[in-house]
Amino acid sequence: MVFLALWEVMARLGAVPGQIFFPAFSEVIGEFFSLIVSGVLAESFFRSLLRVLIGFFTGSACGLLVGVLMGWRGLVDRAFSPIISLMYPIPALGWLPLLMLWIGINELLPIAIIFICSFFPVCYNTATGVKNVGRDYIRAARTLGASEIRTLLAVIVPLALPSIFTGLRLEAGMAWRVVIAAEMVAIPTGIGALMMRAESLIRIDVIIVCLMVLSVMCFSFEKSLSYFEQRLTAKWS
Amino acid sequence: MPCVELRGISNFICRNINLRVEKGELLVLLGPNGAGKTTLLNIIAGLVEYEGSVLFDGSSIDAVPSHLRRIGYIFQDLALFPHLDVEANIAFGLRAQKRNSLEIEERVREMLYLVRIENFAHRYPLGLSGGERQRVAIARALAPYPQALLLDEPFNSLDYGTSKYLRIELKGLQRKLGITTIYVTHNQREAEELGDKIAVLHNGELAQVGTPEEVFFEPLSEQISEFIGSPNIFRCEHSRELGKGLAEVKCKDLSIVVPDDGSEIKKIAILPRDIFISTSEPPGPDINRYTGTIIEMRPSSNLTWIRLRVGEHTLVAEHPTERVEELGLRVGDKVYIILKLRWIRVLSAGENRLNL
Repeated sequence: MVFLALWEVMARLGAVPGQIFFPAFSEVIGEFFSLIVSGVLAESFFRSLLRVLIGFFTGSACGLLVGVLMGWRGLVDRAFSPIISLMYPIPALGWLPLLMLWIGINELLPIAIIFICSFFPVCYNTATGVKNVGRDYIRAARTLGASEIRTLLAVIVPLALPSIFTGLRLEAGMAWRVVIAAEMVAIPTGIGALMMRAESLIRIDVIIVCLMVLSVMCFSFEKSLSYFEQRLTAKWS
Repeated sequence: MPCVELRGISNFICRNINLRVEKGELLVLLGPNGAGKTTLLNIIAGLVEYEGSVLFDGSSIDAVPSHLRRIGYIFQDLALFPHLDVEANIAFGLRAQKRNSLEIEERVREMLYLVRIENFAHRYPLGLSGGERQRVAIARALAPYPQALLLDEPFNSLDYGTSKYLRIELKGLQRKLGITTIYVTHNQREAEELGDKIAVLHNGELAQVGTPEEVFFEPLSEQISEFIGSPNIFRCEHSRELGKGLAEVKCKDLSIVVPDDGSEIKKIAILPRDIFISTSEPPGPDINRYTGTIIEMRPSSNLTWIRLRVGEHTLVAEHPTERVEELGLRVGDKVYIILKLRWIRVLSAGENRLNL
């Protein structure tokens, strides 16, 4: 509250150099409502949200599947590990030029970028989590009569959950950062594109509204995953 | 419950092991770290590769995968599933056997009652004490009606009192259920307390199999004797009851008062650490007190090994080096010796248990 009040006062008093680039907080809020009323913000937001959701969930699901297989079966690990190790360090946006040429500039492009951004960390953390499940837990499950699949589903994956969630949490915020960047560079719709249009019209208030939406979304994505993690693991980890 | 038999078992640690555990018997596998005790349990459970044959009631189970062998295995670190509460841990094996939910519920309740943890049914392993966790592990292993029970030093991490209490309970439970059991330990006292039979494992080979008193009083090799603490063993010529649970035995020229249960005493033994040495005459009644001469001393950083001549006997005592230096003991010194009555072990004629 103090920060917001300070912001408002400084902007109103013209205490900031280059004052035309620094709208007051009340102006930003006013613009926020007018963007909502006009439907511009909602349209851009839902486009970005849809891309993030599809990219994040498909990327995480594939990462989870491959990660579990890598952690569980040495052969899969040996086959995939070198590729994953080489590709994991590439920043997601580094793929953009290549994907623009392969996929073209269409709806699939930001989804593919977010997919890549989510896949590698989730895959890596899941594989590590599965590999780190104590051998005695697996042996205990086996001697208690559990088949390999049951051991995997009832013991190994649940015990790898803390590590899996580390990967998911890492990428939940990152997916939003990446989608905005992709939209700013290549896609003409979504929050990122709205920001670029606002920049060309020198609409600082719109840019700040977009940044605030982005910040809230990153935060709530990470928090909701933390919540699920708490629900699933807090009792025992 | 079947009898468990191992025939010519070999792998990367074990070498040609032949062993038979009778129906309902509790066999203790005793040996130092790295002897292959855990590996042998893993072989029986089908968790590691091996050559040779594991038989239940004469039928080979070598081709049976570990999850179908129906063995209750309690691991050294217990391996309770941390993400499941006590009830779900115990039910795990029953669910794996696809039993119906009513049966599972009933069996879990029975197990909770059997090991007396009814109040913890909905707690997670993280919130349990060491002793409680052991009980859950026992209940979980017993719930799916195993054919044999394997325990790998399960009470190792507990304090002496709790572990002794749990051992007594385990023994009672094992007797009650009549389940063929193999218990691994490196603690000789634990082995004597629990075992119907002890199998001593050394360097992956079976060094001796016998009743606790056979292993203690007649170790087959120097290594076994060393492992069980190199006891001083006296053959008794005759014994006389003193009453109050005591007897006086005559071993050559020494008269020794020992614990007594009424049967004829054949041999007695006392570990080197249980012989008290003093340079001045200790106060108290003249029971199990002798004078002797030090004939050899071998000091090491912590303990000093002292060989003594007492009458016609040669005894070995073991004392902290610090204490030996404090007393200024030298070879040739005349010293006073007390054989601590409480720690004298007795082998009686016709009995198959050690009196501890």
